[in-house]
Amino acid sequence: MTTEVAIVGIGMHEFGRTEGVSGMDQGVIAVRRACADAGVSWEDMQFAFGGSMAAGAADTMVSLLGLTGLQFINVANGCATGGSALFSAYNTIRSGVFDLGIAVGFDKHERGAFRVNTKGSGLGDWYGASGLALTTQFFGMKINRYMHEYGISQSTLAKVSEKAFRNGSMNPMAWRRKPISEEEVLNSAMLSYPLTQYMFCSPGEGGVALILARADKAHLYTDKPIYLKAAVVRSRRFGSFEVLAPSIALEHNAGPTVDASKAAFEMAGMGPKDIDLAQLQDTESGAEVMHMAENGFCEHGEQEFMIQAGETEIGGKFPVNTDGGCLANGEPIGASGLRQVYENVLQLRGQAGARQVPNDPKTAYTHVYGAPGISGVTILSR
Amino acid sequence: MAQVPVTEGVFTWPSDSPQLIGSRCVSCGNHMFPVQQGCPKCTAAETEEVLLGRRGTLWTWTVQGFPPKAPPYAGDVDPKTFKAFGVGYVELPGQLKIESRLTEADPEKLKIGMEMEMVIVPLSTDAAGNEIVTFAFAPVA
Repeated sequence: MTTEVAIVGIGMHEFGRTEGVSGMDQGVIAVRRACADAGVSWEDMQFAFGGSMAAGAADTMVSLLGLTGLQFINVANGCATGGSALFSAYNTIRSGVFDLGIAVGFDKHERGAFRVNTKGSGLGDWYGASGLALTTQFFGMKINRYMHEYGISQSTLAKVSEKAFRNGSMNPMAWRRKPISEEEVLNSAMLSYPLTQYMFCSPGEGGVALILARADKAHLYTDKPIYLKAAVVRSRRFGSFEVLAPSIALEHNAGPTVDASKAAFEMAGMGPKDIDLAQLQDTESGAEVMHMAENGFCEHGEQEFMIQAGETEIGGKFPVNTDGGCLANGEPIGASGLRQVYENVLQLRGQAGARQVPNDPKTAYTHVYGAPGISGVTILSR
Repeated sequence: MAQVPVTEGVFTWPSDSPQLIGSRCVSCGNHMFPVQQGCPKCTAAETEEVLLGRRGTLWTWTVQGFPPKAPPYAGDVDPKTFKAFGVGYVELPGQLKIESRLTEADPEKLKIGMEMEMVIVPLSTDAAGNEIVTFAFAPVA
């Protein structure tokens, strides 16, 4: 029988912009906070998986945390870097190699839209030179097509942002904590039609660390262990529509999110109806809408009614992005997927404060998506 | 002023009737753009060069409303003079969907399903005074 895995400690450095604190230092602070949460010291860590996209090699943080000789493996997997670190840590414990370890992610990006490294992404210089190497364009084009096919309105896109900033206003770790009305969202600058400025998240800064243990030893560290029932990462298949693609096939494939979601539900022995709340990748507000269906939580097009009716609000039938998501927290690539898990642990422990989902939620879901067409999903339960 | 393509091997130039250069899998017939070896559909290793169709339909679109970062962008990035440009995927019948600049940037005039045709457009001027050109798709009048 495989070993069950529990999250026994969580730590986070505030998301947003922290002048004078490097991305690596934000990761170190997250690790120290996670250790304090679990009541352990860095010396107790048997292994670590960590990564950042723009803030340095994670394993160099041992010179700040302590040279204990632990197994530290750097993870670099695009937007799924944090999810991949968690997947690796999860399986390291499940396989019985180690009992206690940590997954850490952090980042610090320059201001403005991501500057795409076309060579590193396997694209010719002509692609960027011609003005096509912007991830924002993909998001505009994907939701524009989706709105055309499934009747999603711009008001619904704006309501997603309005909810994100309202939830962010209740989250002391969030970057953007000022509520913004639907009207303000619609009237902000049009960046990539149909998406306006306040419908997009920004690259940012932050760090998150999660300490994992064998479930049968979790009581040593916490009286509220949260069990990791599934952790899955999937890449794209032929025919899927992904970011930074000079061409796509005529035939259609639903994409890596659908694959990752199905695999995660199978692994957890659950279905979408068993999930009490979810953190879904919201690089922009349209992504949250599409990912609700891609992850199996509704049919395509049903989001229009659900969001207009407030069903994805914290007090609604199916709360989505309770911490404000990427829209309110920004997107430090290495930390973003772990931030979602951090939030779900708080929610399942009943420690989410003003934004606590009512009625004692028992299960929670995370989904991260990004370049070059990769999705990571986790399912947690109490 | 000489017109110089932004790169060699992506479209035929100079030409009265420029075409994008793609690949076709010799095993399954799958089309790819730009030219590449190895087929993502059937995993076969061998592909052959093929000129792609010049007309298709608009599958989806957006408008680039702010100056891209330069580099990599070679066009105008001055916020005072930057002009928004359309970007879309054009479905070439029987081949594939191509991502491209669009000559139209007005959301009122861009419609999914409209007929589009490939053209060559200026991007910038290099140090030697040559006009750098790239491909785009224009609505068929």
